[in-house]
Amino acid sequence: MLGAGIIKGMAETARNFIGSYTEANLLVTVEYPEQRLPLKESMRNFPFLVFDGEDWQKGLRCVACQICEKECPPQCIFITKDAAKKPDYMGKLQFQPKVFDIDTSVCMSCQICVEVCPFEAIKMDTEFELSTDNRFGDLLLNKEQLARSNEHYHKIHPTEATEVDERLAGEKAKAEAKAKAAVAAAAAKPVLPPKPTAQ
Amino acid sequence: MFEAIDQIFVALKHWVVGQFPAAWQPLGSVFLSIIPILAVFPLLFAITTIVERKTLGRIQNRLGPNRVGPFGLLQPVADGLKSLTKEDIVPYAADQVVHFLAPIALIVPVLLAFSVLPVGRNMVPIDLDAGLLFFFAVGAGSELAVFMAGWSSRNKYSLLGAMRAIAQMVSYELPLILSSVTVVMLVGSLSTVKIVEAQGEAYGWLLKWHVFTPWGLAGFLLFMIAAAAESNRTPFDIPEGESEIIAGYLVEYSGFKFALFFLGEYLGLFAVSSLAITLFLGGWHAPFSFLEWIPSYLWFFGKLSAFIMLFIWLRGTLPRLRMDQLMNLAWKFMLPMCLINIVVAAMWHFTAHWQFVGAVLCRWLLCGAAIGVPYLWLGDALFGEKKLAKRTYRFAD
Amino acid sequence: MVTTFVILTIVTLVSAIAAMSLRNLVHCALCLVLTFAGLAAFYLQLNAQFVGFAQILVYVGAVAILIVFAMLLTRNVDSTRQAILSPSWGVGIVGALLVFGAIVLSILCSTMVHRPALSETQVTVLAIGEQLMTNYVLPLEVIALLLTAAMIGAVIIALHEPTSESSAVQNPRLEPSVPSVPNPAQVPRTDHP
Repeated sequence: MLGAGIIKGMAETARNFIGSYTEANLLVTVEYPEQRLPLKESMRNFPFLVFDGEDWQKGLRCVACQICEKECPPQCIFITKDAAKKPDYMGKLQFQPKVFDIDTSVCMSCQICVEVCPFEAIKMDTEFELSTDNRFGDLLLNKEQLARSNEHYHKIHPTEATEVDERLAGEKAKAEAKAKAAVAAAAAKPVLPPKPTAQ
Repeated sequence: MFEAIDQIFVALKHWVVGQFPAAWQPLGSVFLSIIPILAVFPLLFAITTIVERKTLGRIQNRLGPNRVGPFGLLQPVADGLKSLTKEDIVPYAADQVVHFLAPIALIVPVLLAFSVLPVGRNMVPIDLDAGLLFFFAVGAGSELAVFMAGWSSRNKYSLLGAMRAIAQMVSYELPLILSSVTVVMLVGSLSTVKIVEAQGEAYGWLLKWHVFTPWGLAGFLLFMIAAAAESNRTPFDIPEGESEIIAGYLVEYSGFKFALFFLGEYLGLFAVSSLAITLFLGGWHAPFSFLEWIPSYLWFFGKLSAFIMLFIWLRGTLPRLRMDQLMNLAWKFMLPMCLINIVVAAMWHFTAHWQFVGAVLCRWLLCGAAIGVPYLWLGDALFGEKKLAKRTYRFAD
Repeated sequence: MVTTFVILTIVTLVSAIAAMSLRNLVHCALCLVLTFAGLAAFYLQLNAQFVGFAQILVYVGAVAILIVFAMLLTRNVDSTRQAILSPSWGVGIVGALLVFGAIVLSILCSTMVHRPALSETQVTVLAIGEQLMTNYVLPLEVIALLLTAAMIGAVIIALHEPTSESSAVQNPRLEPSVPSVPNPAQVPRTDHP
């Protein structure tokens, strides 16, 4: 019968209208600034620089190798090497960045810098409320603004951070074992018979 | 006591007019009739915008506007301020004069139409002998305003929108008038006040609203469909068609002129809804005689609010019609049904003297069948389930 | 009353002259609408409510709309190069004056001017309806018949030519069972993946 479909449709919209007051699944709106959904662990937005310990300047893992700068597809990373060296987590002396800027207006969140970094120094952050009223200065983040502690990394990506920590600890232990072995070898050296000299 | 409350506004007006010097009294009376119209209906428009957005939001499982004021109730104020302060842009190529006149040409006839609508007992600005004709005559002016807006903008979308609007309004004006002709036939007057009075008698406790008769019910439904089309409401909003021709004849309007168009459209909706109430739903009468103590204007505005809610509900439900579907509905379905309905109304009138037991039921069945059978048959023939064949591709296979 | 009459006369005459002489067709049409409205106002001033509102409904609501609709559907003819007056304007004026004189003469000679002026009456719609259905029922029916005939004629003109389908079948590139141009409204819908 003509008109039956209209009545059926109106019943459906009425059900949704009333349901939006009574049923939770019929009102799915999250009122964003007041309510927030929990962020997904795999979420990523812009990169940050990881540092260990309390002081970001001392603990920064970055060694200014500039691999990320070269690999960055939109070329939004700017690095200048510092002349002075500082010890890294393994105690080895490394370069450090004097300037490390990321232009977040250019960054496309591809995570390639994270993949190529051999020092686990750059990771993806979950922060997304980055809007500012100054598009020229405030979107270019410097070293200080980019630095985040390892605890922060643990907080936003726990699984990944644990893996990274384990790997780093493993490398460190290996290096230490190697160093120990080297020390042992050095200690054992005098015991060895001296090389016969060519006669 | 109840009568005093019912007549409070009438008494107030008489008292205020009495304060004027005698020479100014006619003019004062005119002003006091006009000002409530200019105050109440635009206010109702402001309330309707927020209610519509909230309701549509709830229908679509959203919250709707909720940022301005408590629960977003001050949204109309914000909207009004925005449209007042926005720059009024007139396209370089536009016909400046016609472009300027179009919103005025829309809003003036619509406001005029309210002057013959009785909103309560003794509450009608002017009781014209040809009131209904006056309503339709001024309503005809709005089509011209739409054409002026569409043509003067020099924009192909607005021209298309104007063409669609004119085609639609001309097509649906016929069913609109023909469906109200039945009421005029049975009441024997074009005066809106007399039409409302005619619905004031009661069968026992049920009042003689026209919608309680078979021809009245059919006429009411036909009138509502035509009214939705006349006021460009969904599902008949193809003149605006945001997704097809951006906003039709409104494309080149901004700021306050756009707000005027918007206001005019909603006032037109209120006007036709009020007319539907006047013609079929007993005007300011209560449905049952024991409810007559509620003031008449409350009944009227209650019914008007129900109509507005119904239109919002329909807007949340139905998709937009296509142009050919629109024309088919108007000319192949509405027009024949309206003509049949006139015959049915005559049948009802000429069986009025039947006195035997069950005469009312008999008349109801007879007239109901006379309008119901063509409805079923025509509906099935025009819009019935079509057998859809399996799709074959000519060039892809 | 006289002031109203003078204002209405000026508005009606000026808009009528503008409707004849403006360059832009749409402006002419809009001025014509104003003329119609002015005429309706005259009827209203003469206490002829029904005729006045019917004038607005029919002329503003239907005739003017028909004119502008026709304008929208036709190609915009650039008439700015033509002169406003046709070359034979002299003959036209003479003709117009002759017709005007004939009408004035016939009015003056008729008995109407000698009739005493009617007192101001309010003719109700009911009275008009009763007159139409009793005394003037034959003219009414004749007009109805005329209009029906006109409508049937319009429908016949607008009917499809029956030859269009056979020509589609003769198209050698198409299979005969398939219509040449599928009407979007008739294209069968299926739930193809």
